[in-house]
Amino acid sequence: MKFVDEYRDPELAKRIAAEIARLSEGRPLKFMEVCGGHTHTIYKHGIEDVLPRSIDLVHGPGCPVCVLPMGRIDDAIAIARTEGVIFTTFGDMMRVPGSKGSLLDAKAEGADVRFVYSPLDALKLARQYPDRQVVFFAIGFETTAPSTAVTLLRARAEGVKNFSVFCNHVTIIPAIKAILDSPDLRLDGFIGPGHVSMVIGMRPYTFIARDHHKPVVIAGFEPLDIIQAVYMLVKQISEGRAEVENQYTRVVRPEGNMRALEAMARTMELRPFFEWRGLGFITHSALKLRPEFADWDAELRYEVPGLRVADPKACQCGEVLKGVIKPWECKVFGTACTPETPIGTCMVSPEGACAAYYNYGRFSMAAERDHLRSLSQTP
Amino acid sequence: MCLGIPGQVLEIVDDANSIARVDVSGVKRNVSVALVRSEGIAPGDWVLIHVGFAMSKIDEAEARETLKALQLMGDVYTDELKLLHSSQIE
Repeated sequence: MKFVDEYRDPELAKRIAAEIARLSEGRPLKFMEVCGGHTHTIYKHGIEDVLPRSIDLVHGPGCPVCVLPMGRIDDAIAIARTEGVIFTTFGDMMRVPGSKGSLLDAKAEGADVRFVYSPLDALKLARQYPDRQVVFFAIGFETTAPSTAVTLLRARAEGVKNFSVFCNHVTIIPAIKAILDSPDLRLDGFIGPGHVSMVIGMRPYTFIARDHHKPVVIAGFEPLDIIQAVYMLVKQISEGRAEVENQYTRVVRPEGNMRALEAMARTMELRPFFEWRGLGFITHSALKLRPEFADWDAELRYEVPGLRVADPKACQCGEVLKGVIKPWECKVFGTACTPETPIGTCMVSPEGACAAYYNYGRFSMAAERDHLRSLSQTP
Repeated sequence: MCLGIPGQVLEIVDDANSIARVDVSGVKRNVSVALVRSEGIAPGDWVLIHVGFAMSKIDEAEARETLKALQLMGDVYTDELKLLHSSQIE
């Protein structure tokens, strides 16, 4: 319990962990978290060491940088290399490898690629450089899509014509559906994403409980939040319930953020399908700009290759994103693929399971191996 | 990017565009409060900020606890603060 003293209330954390052990009665349970922030917390604070060994936390496709397929990175780089373009992106995306280098490489070769903190900073650049074209690389789940939406509404209201958005926003529910329909993995419940749920609310998860009879508990990002969420999941299972519950009530309202949903609905619509790294094409799983915003749509303004590019053979990000393998089970983990020289996306973003595991989890790797070995020997 | 950071509203600087000046661990920058405005945003209020947008109003005790937890995250939080520092939202 190396990090337990960093928890909001260490005594409470220990008590809850004991209660989880009592309720689960040693029955192996597999819970998936679909939020990169949760993945980061789990590794950073050694939560797997605090929980009973019978509880297995599996990391799903919750890191927006990680799930973007290589072809879209190539498209982004093609736009960035266009004469006169200032290409703006969140820092996380800079080092993600495309089929021929990253945005950072393109920048080194002369493309004008800049970090921004917010899409509103990209809009400000457009006002600042009226003779240039400013493109914003929009990525992320429902947590960040509303900010792109509000920025688009403002660009239209102010008539900023040299600004456009390369939209790659994805939605979490279809990805969860794809995981549930996949034969690769048997899960006992989900730790629901905190900040996505702050936007979409609790209702979109209902089908998981109703149709798949699996409990969902929306959780916050502190170690104690995750432990509490696991407790709530185990409690539901022990009582034979499958419901959507909210552990993160201090931030998540049951109905979500209506203003944010409204802004998204005004500016964006569902794509018929979108490719996810590891999960392949998923119908209605991503957003594009509405026709009314065609003037601000970089996909219409620039010619992009639009090709589907297979992941490097050695890279197993796909399996990691589906929770089929643990980061350290990938053949290139920590050898050919490190945060300094990433092969796959999961090693780039601090929210990626591989990077989080590489940075914090390596010390417990041996312990986990032994544990798995002992499980496989249990009759 | 998905990190939510608590900030305290100092003043509304652009009413029409719902832009407020906030204080995040001593870094004072502008963010959009367009998405939480309906909850009634006034100086002194605490909000959870994502990529320059207040996404949720939170109470002060929660904000302070979250800040404590974020500080324990180390680089991830200081990098986010650096990014916020570079922000020039108007």
